[in-house]
Amino acid sequence: MKSINDIQREIIDEFAMYDEWLDKYEYLIDIGRNLPLIDESDKTDANLIEGCQSRVWLTCTRDENGCLHFAADSDAIITKGLISLLIRVFDGRSSEEILGTDLFFIDFIGLKENLSPTRAGGLAAMIKRIREYAAEFKED
Amino acid sequence: MYSPSQIRDNFDFASRTVAGRPLVYFDNAATSQRPRCVLDLQDELCRRHNANIHRAVHTLSYEATDYYEKGRVAAQIFLNAASPDEIVLTSGATAAINLVAQCMVRGGFIGRGDGILITEAEHHSNLVPWQMVCGQVGAHLEVVPVRAGKGTANDGAIDMDAYRAALRRGVKMVAITHVSNILGVVNPVREMVREAHALGIPVLIDGAQGIVHRSVDVQALDCDFYAFSGHKIYAPTGIGVLYGKRAWLEKLPPFMGGGDMVEKVTFEKTTYADIPLKFEAGTSNFVGGACLAPALEFAASLASDGQVRLHEKAIMEAMDKALASVDGLFLAAGEAADRIPLYSFTIEGVHPLDAATLMDKMGVALRSGHMCAEPIVDRIAGGSMLRASLMPYNTAEEVEIFGAALQKVVKMLR
Repeated sequence: MKSINDIQREIIDEFAMYDEWLDKYEYLIDIGRNLPLIDESDKTDANLIEGCQSRVWLTCTRDENGCLHFAADSDAIITKGLISLLIRVFDGRSSEEILGTDLFFIDFIGLKENLSPTRAGGLAAMIKRIREYAAEFKED
Repeated sequence: MYSPSQIRDNFDFASRTVAGRPLVYFDNAATSQRPRCVLDLQDELCRRHNANIHRAVHTLSYEATDYYEKGRVAAQIFLNAASPDEIVLTSGATAAINLVAQCMVRGGFIGRGDGILITEAEHHSNLVPWQMVCGQVGAHLEVVPVRAGKGTANDGAIDMDAYRAALRRGVKMVAITHVSNILGVVNPVREMVREAHALGIPVLIDGAQGIVHRSVDVQALDCDFYAFSGHKIYAPTGIGVLYGKRAWLEKLPPFMGGGDMVEKVTFEKTTYADIPLKFEAGTSNFVGGACLAPALEFAASLASDGQVRLHEKAIMEAMDKALASVDGLFLAAGEAADRIPLYSFTIEGVHPLDAATLMDKMGVALRSGHMCAEPIVDRIAGGSMLRASLMPYNTAEEVEIFGAALQKVVKMLR
């Protein structure tokens, strides 16, 4: 299995193929369209991460091996693209791995502006929620 | 004085690029760009005339005071107020409205069981201050609906029958927007003032958007209060104007105490300064206040120029065309009889946040979200819209870039 950092480097390489901003975003939109959706019944307030302008629902389960699995949906497609990148990095990992990861790929693919806590898309809030899930499951 | 092509020469932002493309700044309803005459004065004041106003006897303080008071007079002239005493300088429209709201409570003019009338399309700044008053004294809001929405009458007009009916339900204060920052429709404020006054009810007008695109004569309007922000009309942030009729300003007690607003202070009792300083506690933003003079003179020179008015009409026609050519686009108050160049819209199958993000990558700055007017945006658009708002320094060429970019974005997102 690839390491978390291998996957981060993979994503950086994929985005490096696009020089134009719009092309990077077009790729992100494509990724967003393929995001594994969550059940309508899981779109509850408890699973909601409220951004200023878009909503994200994120669920997390742990399998018998102690690996965490995420599913998500959003009403905004670029937001879906961002969260599906996060899921690609973190899905199937243990709490320890998730909490111990330095998330560097976002800086390198030029989407750092999305990380600002006040950014409408709420990427920072999504990362925070993923880490919260990891911490929660670790204590069990 | 200005030919449309020369207006942009006053602005440094005009040569900026974003994402490698020429910037198309269409978020003017949030804040406008500052012309060089304003920036030059701002710079000059900070470098050479920086002293606290109204207090000291030294030369710098006189100079600073003089500049500040010139800003007040510029606002008086711009609004055609009877006297500069009727111009209170605040930090912005929000502070101005909060000032009136809290002073009305302190003066006992709004109390338990009273109604405060607002429209459905208010900016939060003309909603929350009154909601706070309601919580403080047990008053309530009377919210008058506007005609806007999909598949319904969509001219953005205030329901005047509902307005008249609401006025008669124990309303003690009317606080209405001149032009909603969502709908862009010019409200019949003169008529609304007349009807409220017939019942002895005072009227505050939130002019944050209206002042930018319509000439305002507070004496002809006969409103009791008119509030606007400097930063939406070429001035710096942190300065705003509250016009208040002399009689009201004299009878309202101040709600903020501190320096500069007093006449005599002892531990037993303080007497207050005359209007308008009674309402200007603390060291004022004298640089901002002074900059109102060049900013409002700039605005006035554009407003009085027939060429500029024709130019504005042309860019509005171009906007209508650009928006009409997008399939599935809903324009708030699309059937408006009288609008400013401000357009809030949604596009079927396109999330406003996605569209605004992509437009930015094409150099076009738009606003998205609820735009500080959640109730109306929730009702007509499910909580999120896109908004393009233009100033006279915008061009038909920019509208074309906007239109083409929007078409491309829709294609990418659908």
